[in-house]
Amino acid sequence: PPRSAPPATRRAPPPPPALGPRAVCGACFCAAFEAEVLHTVVAGRLLPPGAVVAVGASGGKDSTVLAHVLQVLAPRLGISLRLVAVDEGIGGYRDAALAAVRRQAARWELPLTVVAYADLFGGWTMDAVARSTAGSGRSRACCTFCGVLRRRALEEGARLVGATHIVTGHNADDMAETVLMNFLRGDAARLARGGGLGSPGEGGALPRCRPLQLASQKEVVLYAHFRRLDYFSEECVYAPEAFRGHARHLLKLLEAARPSAVLDLVHSAERLALAPAARPPAPGACALLDGLNRGRPRLAIGKGRRGLDEAGPPRDGEPERAPAPEAVPAF
Amino acid sequence: ATPPASRSLRGSVSLGDEAVCPGIEAHDRAWRGGAELLFDGVKKHQVTLPGQEEPWDIRNLLVWIKKNLLKERPELFIQGDSVRPGILVLINDADWELLGELDYQLQDQDSILFISTLHGG
Repeated sequence: PPRSAPPATRRAPPPPPALGPRAVCGACFCAAFEAEVLHTVVAGRLLPPGAVVAVGASGGKDSTVLAHVLQVLAPRLGISLRLVAVDEGIGGYRDAALAAVRRQAARWELPLTVVAYADLFGGWTMDAVARSTAGSGRSRACCTFCGVLRRRALEEGARLVGATHIVTGHNADDMAETVLMNFLRGDAARLARGGGLGSPGEGGALPRCRPLQLASQKEVVLYAHFRRLDYFSEECVYAPEAFRGHARHLLKLLEAARPSAVLDLVHSAERLALAPAARPPAPGACALLDGLNRGRPRLAIGKGRRGLDEAGPPRDGEPERAPAPEAVPAF
Repeated sequence: ATPPASRSLRGSVSLGDEAVCPGIEAHDRAWRGGAELLFDGVKKHQVTLPGQEEPWDIRNLLVWIKKNLLKERPELFIQGDSVRPGILVLINDADWELLGELDYQLQDQDSILFISTLHGG
């Protein structure tokens, strides 16, 4: 992929083009990035003309770049955009991120709708879920809940704004990490569902896709840098204990040894076809909430895997331990 | 006249992207988080490197940063003799991979920017 080179006025001209990645200036890099996203959307017929597209906006680098690029491409694609932000109810983190989204909405002049877990899920904020699932001392299960609940929340928000499609900012690194996570945890349900550029929408859900899926995390950050995009760069307070961290670490090591590993993993997942017997349905928001409300939160997330996350029946009298979230450097 | 290798070098070392947050108020920094927490809360450092026999390259700069600027948790920034995987290094707005990475020889008024890619988005 093309990468940035020094501006010609300040330093010696960039080295002549060689085989492999080209050295280009920042402006050309951004143009190439936008062209790549356009190609992904058009070739995959992901967002037809007339589509009302709900953009999952977290204030972070990926959704910021996604919204910006789609705004640039919107006239060519004939689509209109609505921002949908999800408030999971994470103290010390989400309020600040939402402030960033509000600034962005104002700057882009795009309508913004915020949907909150507390409203949608009977008062269950992520902080409450985290307290409810704490205790095993292993990787946090609350992130597993958050992924499923956020998916549902985004769906609700998209319907509220009359969207026909949902887009999220997942990049190639995210997709590769997810593939690794699913393999490492024997999560056949998610492996079966995961591949491909988008889901047509299971069981009446809106079609959703990930236009940045073939862009590396590095390219996303570089684009945001060259376009001077304002985004929120703190890590979620629960992220340090999430299982994804292991997959990310492994992926970084692999990438150092074999740079194409990231995209290779994404392509492998696309081509994966599981035998019907190996494809249990992934538990949805209802199953997870049911488990939470019954005081047996790990019950639902154990399904579809080998039950590796089953912590066993809840122990009566076990004191609730609230997490002590602090801002963590994004490094 | 002093040979170039032993003249001191001036430049800047920046963390995250100050340029993308124009006009950010001081009170907003309470929740900005990010890499500058490792560097005493300062995002942009004007740096003067002392003249020495060996030319300054990024490798030496990282050692210098670890010793002089990094206030806590060095493992979040440096791994071995390089930056932690997932941290982008831009030298005068160019990807360091185009300029020799650790072997790039610093020049006067160079601007080095470190951006993390390791958070959700």
